[in-house]
Amino acid sequence: MKILCAVKRVVDYNVKIRVKTDQSGVETSNVKFSMNPFDEIAVEEAVRLKEAGTATEIVVVSIGPAQAQETLRTALAMGADRAILVQTDVETQPLAVAKVLKALVEKEAPGLVILGKQAIDDDCNQTGQMLAALLGWGQGTFASKVVPADGKVTVTREIDGGLETVELALPAVVTADLRLNEPRYASLPNIMKAKKKPLETVTPDSLGVDVTPRLTTLKVTEPAKRKAGVKVADVAALVDKLKNEARVI
Amino acid sequence: MANILVIAEHDNAALKPATLNAVTAAGKIGGDIHILVAGKGAQAAADAAAKVAGVAKVLLADDAAYEHQLPEDVAPLVVSLAKSGYGHVLAGATSMGKNLLPRVAALLDVAAISDITGVASADTFERPIYAGNAIATVQSSDAVKIITVRTTAFETAAAEGGSAAVETVAGAGAASLSRFVSAELTKSERPELTAARVVVSGGRGMQSGENFPLLEALADKLGAAVGASRAAVDAGFVPNDYQVGQTGKIVAPELYIAVGISGAIQHLAGMKDSKVIVAINKDEEAPIFQVADYGLVADLFKAVPELTAELDKR
Ligand SMILES: Cc1cc2nc3c(=O)[nH]c(=O)nc-3n(C[C@H](O)[C@H](O)[C@H](O)COP(=O)(O)OP(=O)(O)OC[C@H]3O[C@@H](n4cnc5c(N)ncnc54)[C@H](O)[C@@H]3O)c2cc1C
Ligand SMILES: Nc1ncnc2c1ncn2[C@@H]1O[C@H](COP(=O)(O)O)[C@@H](O)[C@H]1O
Repeated sequence: MKILCAVKRVVDYNVKIRVKTDQSGVETSNVKFSMNPFDEIAVEEAVRLKEAGTATEIVVVSIGPAQAQETLRTALAMGADRAILVQTDVETQPLAVAKVLKALVEKEAPGLVILGKQAIDDDCNQTGQMLAALLGWGQGTFASKVVPADGKVTVTREIDGGLETVELALPAVVTADLRLNEPRYASLPNIMKAKKKPLETVTPDSLGVDVTPRLTTLKVTEPAKRKAGVKVADVAALVDKLKNEARVI
Repeated sequence: MANILVIAEHDNAALKPATLNAVTAAGKIGGDIHILVAGKGAQAAADAAAKVAGVAKVLLADDAAYEHQLPEDVAPLVVSLAKSGYGHVLAGATSMGKNLLPRVAALLDVAAISDITGVASADTFERPIYAGNAIATVQSSDAVKIITVRTTAFETAAAEGGSAAVETVAGAGAASLSRFVSAELTKSERPELTAARVVVSGGRGMQSGENFPLLEALADKLGAAVGASRAAVDAGFVPNDYQVGQTGKIVAPELYIAVGISGAIQHLAGMKDSKVIVAINKDEEAPIFQVADYGLVADLFKAVPELTAELDKR
């Protein structure tokens, strides 16, 4: 079974982002970028399925600027076999990404597509569900366990009340949640090897997909700031404040 | 003005509160509000929906295929309803809403707008991005707007006072792409995390799951729900549904007590709209103190039992 994984290049999760003063967006120059953390989990799962003999080939895809090649190389260093960059400089919105991925799925015919549950920049949590819809496939979102067998995949999902397990016909789309696995760090030899693995660059046009954003961002502003509070000396002082100042107990 | 369809979240018997937050958001958009209850043997949930203040009509799709409300089965139903003349489709930004609505949007070839925290007009919405460190105002020109609603940003609509008619709609049948196998739901006598007036959360500083009863004793004194940081969930101290944060649950209680939690931005994203924040941490430099109204620099193993005892004295 071939597995396709989608990996997004995002501002690193450790960066404290700043909103631009002209309210056009967030500052992204001179900022560290990395692979979306959920996508590392997605790639790790694919690599483990290959190591277990379930998967035969792992193709990783990123839609974004030329620099997304670095993100793809990271995925190759983790153990993916082949990469496709769908190069574009426009802001990629989930519906457009889903359409690009659908076009690639039709070419590559994977048995399973694994995405992250959420990109930590736009916080949309949409793309996997949209891709599954466009393909007419089942979706195992927010997965904490993925077991493919006999033309089906059993997915345990992290839901608001606890866990839910569903069984999907393959091919299917899975989106990775935090507890699915702990992604490996690529070793130096694997990073070197990854440089020689195939990385193909195509454009959305060549796939016949229009990636023009559907939603217009009118402005981006800073959230209301919390006022710094006070330190209290001991538990008695805390209880006094909560009772008599904040009046919440 | 086109009508608004709110997708009910329910367990076939009762409505989940997220539905009521979505109704309030719908009220800010303007237009008649209809609620869809898709379920199996869900008459009771539909009757509850009909009593919600401000609701004009309830659509009940009762079909064996909707027992577990799998998105593969429910999405085609919502799509056909949306095409019959709704301008907006809303649901709470819960694991159910987030699972379903993007699927609906893609089938309609429109964008989905996740986790809105504000309604500027019928086509313009505010939503947090980058773990809530920025707020984007986005405008949609799509014919149908597909929206999930951050529940903490909108009050719950009154559950009583309405008297909408319940209309039966035919189900679209099973898509046969997915099958429900089982659910392992966390049982608790305490209030639900996202609806609690007080939340007590523990982090890696708790050291193990065996120490969580310390927090539970405090929570019970306060009628509070218990939450956790990702680190505490990853370490297996508590179940996944306790996680508060960017990629867990969003809470905004009257009082949030963070115990042994450092205050990473991903955690703050889930609780910084709480009215009053208390932090108990032994590291006075911990970032959690930058958002805490009241900070106590102390060893939690000493401070938490003391706090529980102090509350006893009242
Ligand atoms: C993609 C992604 C998504 C994430 N999503 C979330 C999310 O939704 N929610 C979330 O919480 N995190 C999330 N995180 C993780 C986040 O970055 C932090 O790693 C996590 O919040 C840290 O948890 P913590 O504060 O419990 O642990 P730590 O950062 O290890 O802090 C433990 C704290 O306990 C204190 N402490 C230790 N012992 C004691 C004691 N005896 N008494 C008092 N204090 C003590 C320490 O001083 C320290 O401040 C996410 C990360 C990523 C990459
Ligand atoms: N530009 C992109 N390139 C590759 N994958 C993407 C892109 N955007 C989103 N994805 C995938 O879709 C998931 C969910 O993203 P989102 O719906 O934007 O939160 C991510 O974790 C990725 O796996």
